[in-house]
Amino acid sequence: MRKVCLDTVHLLAKRDPRVVFIGSDLGPGVLAGMKKEFPERYFMEGISEANVIGMAAGLAMDGFIPYVNTIATFITRRGFEQVALDLCLHRLPVRLIGNGGGVVYAPLGPTHLAVDDFALMRVLPNMTVMAVSDADEMRRLMVQSLDWPDPIYIRLAKGGDKIISKEENSFAIGKAIPMRKASAADYVLFVTTGVMTTHTLAAAESLIAKGIDSTILHFHTIKPLDAPALLSYAAQAKAIVTVEEHSCVGGFGSAIIEALIDNLTTIPPVKRIGLADAFSQHYGAQNDLFEVNGLMPQQIAETTERFLNRIANLPSGGLANGPTL
Amino acid sequence: MPLDERSIYLRKLVIRGLAGGGRGHLGPAMSLIEILRVLYDDVLRFQPQNPTWKNRDRCILSKGHGCLGLYAILADKNYFPLETLDTFCKRDSILGGHPEAGKIPGVEASTGSLGHGMSIGLGMALAARIEKRDSRVFVIVGDGEINEGSVWEAALSAGKHGLDSFTVLVDYNKIQASGPTKDIQDLEPLLDKWRSFGFAATEVDGHDVGALRGVLTALPLAAGKPNAVICHTTKGKGIPFAENNPDWHHKAKIGSEEISNMISALDSYHA
Repeated sequence: MRKVCLDTVHLLAKRDPRVVFIGSDLGPGVLAGMKKEFPERYFMEGISEANVIGMAAGLAMDGFIPYVNTIATFITRRGFEQVALDLCLHRLPVRLIGNGGGVVYAPLGPTHLAVDDFALMRVLPNMTVMAVSDADEMRRLMVQSLDWPDPIYIRLAKGGDKIISKEENSFAIGKAIPMRKASAADYVLFVTTGVMTTHTLAAAESLIAKGIDSTILHFHTIKPLDAPALLSYAAQAKAIVTVEEHSCVGGFGSAIIEALIDNLTTIPPVKRIGLADAFSQHYGAQNDLFEVNGLMPQQIAETTERFLNRIANLPSGGLANGPTL
Repeated sequence: MPLDERSIYLRKLVIRGLAGGGRGHLGPAMSLIEILRVLYDDVLRFQPQNPTWKNRDRCILSKGHGCLGLYAILADKNYFPLETLDTFCKRDSILGGHPEAGKIPGVEASTGSLGHGMSIGLGMALAARIEKRDSRVFVIVGDGEINEGSVWEAALSAGKHGLDSFTVLVDYNKIQASGPTKDIQDLEPLLDKWRSFGFAATEVDGHDVGALRGVLTALPLAAGKPNAVICHTTKGKGIPFAENNPDWHHKAKIGSEEISNMISALDSYHA
């Protein structure tokens, strides 16, 4: 996904003289082809996120379209004020590409985990927040990013991620994609983002054997949120389950709940599946942290089944006093 | 350093804004006046009727709290009517307590939170280099502002890129909000700091119009190096009771009597 993303920056630079690349000490050889072909539009700066983002703002103020790349948690946390003021307040077309979104850097510990990037970025006015599911979808996003008027935060996944997106589903920034449709009404509606869409597709398959049918709506764009798509599927759902590789505080699931509350008077029961509101206590691999947080496909299926059982066993009146799942 | 008629006039425009809002940063604006005056009268290339003219020089007031000084010179140059100064900080004014690009013609970047202007200016200088424009970039920073680490990140980067079209001017009035800079966060040796970051650096009396003109019309100081001009200034310059007085860094309420006292003080200063 990262390779496709950066290769596409080079491709866009060939097409459009406004495209510049700024990295923050990314290691040798990154975008070497672009560096060779367009040295005046390739910048490898030091470890200075605040400066790099401000510099991108200055370039964008004079008509360039900077693609800025570094580790996700640094680009969102370290230069947050520059993102807020230099980019969002001025509404500049700068693209922030964050390596290792979520728990990709599991072995490196909590300093390198981007578990709050959606929350930090989506709270900013004018910011667009993206988490695609695979490399093919990344290519579609990158091509469209060229003419998007606002700043964009692009979360990168681990790489080598299973390809699940399809050309025929079409792609437009800000438009959710139905990845699976239930055969009848009264289904579980999964709303997912990033690579959790892949896990949820597998979870949905395993739930069929339990007699649970589901629709999956994939949000590669977290902001602006495609509320019309959400609402159109939510109306027919018996329950909604959000799945994200992000803290449950303030992230994608929170955005979904906000959209539901703001637009509906009666809301189906909602379960959020995501990372705990805690600094990680473990290392290992990304999948290890998925397992710790209940984000592996089978765990998503089991949590969903338990949630549906709980709903079914509740007296009418809701979930307010039910036990914690 | 005595103030001539133009310097007194521009300071009266600052006070006009201050009176309009009944508040504002007085000291940080008054120390800037000659720096801005020389830049806009003698150095910068710009077209007030076409503020986004591509080939203009860019001037960013990174110490955005000194905005009343910037508003005074922009009004004087007809970027907007002088009467607009009377609306300072009012609900629907274009002139806020910190300057916003897009609202105010002639303001290149929205500033207010400190430590942002250098990197933005660096990006503009790089943009000019890519496009082979001869636009130059001037960034005015405060002495308190350069406590911010982001300033030095930008300085490292500007030195690396060898941008002699890029100039940082330090309004070195030696007083920040809490007191003397030497007590709060000593900046010395300041010239050496800039030089060690790859800048060609010099210092000048920031209220001496002739001296400022001499330095700023002769840039770059050295080919292939960004410029740092340390301007020794007096906070509150021109208003004796505000000079070097941290209490006049910012006032949230300024009455008409104080405004009258400032005008009288300026008139006496002139005399």
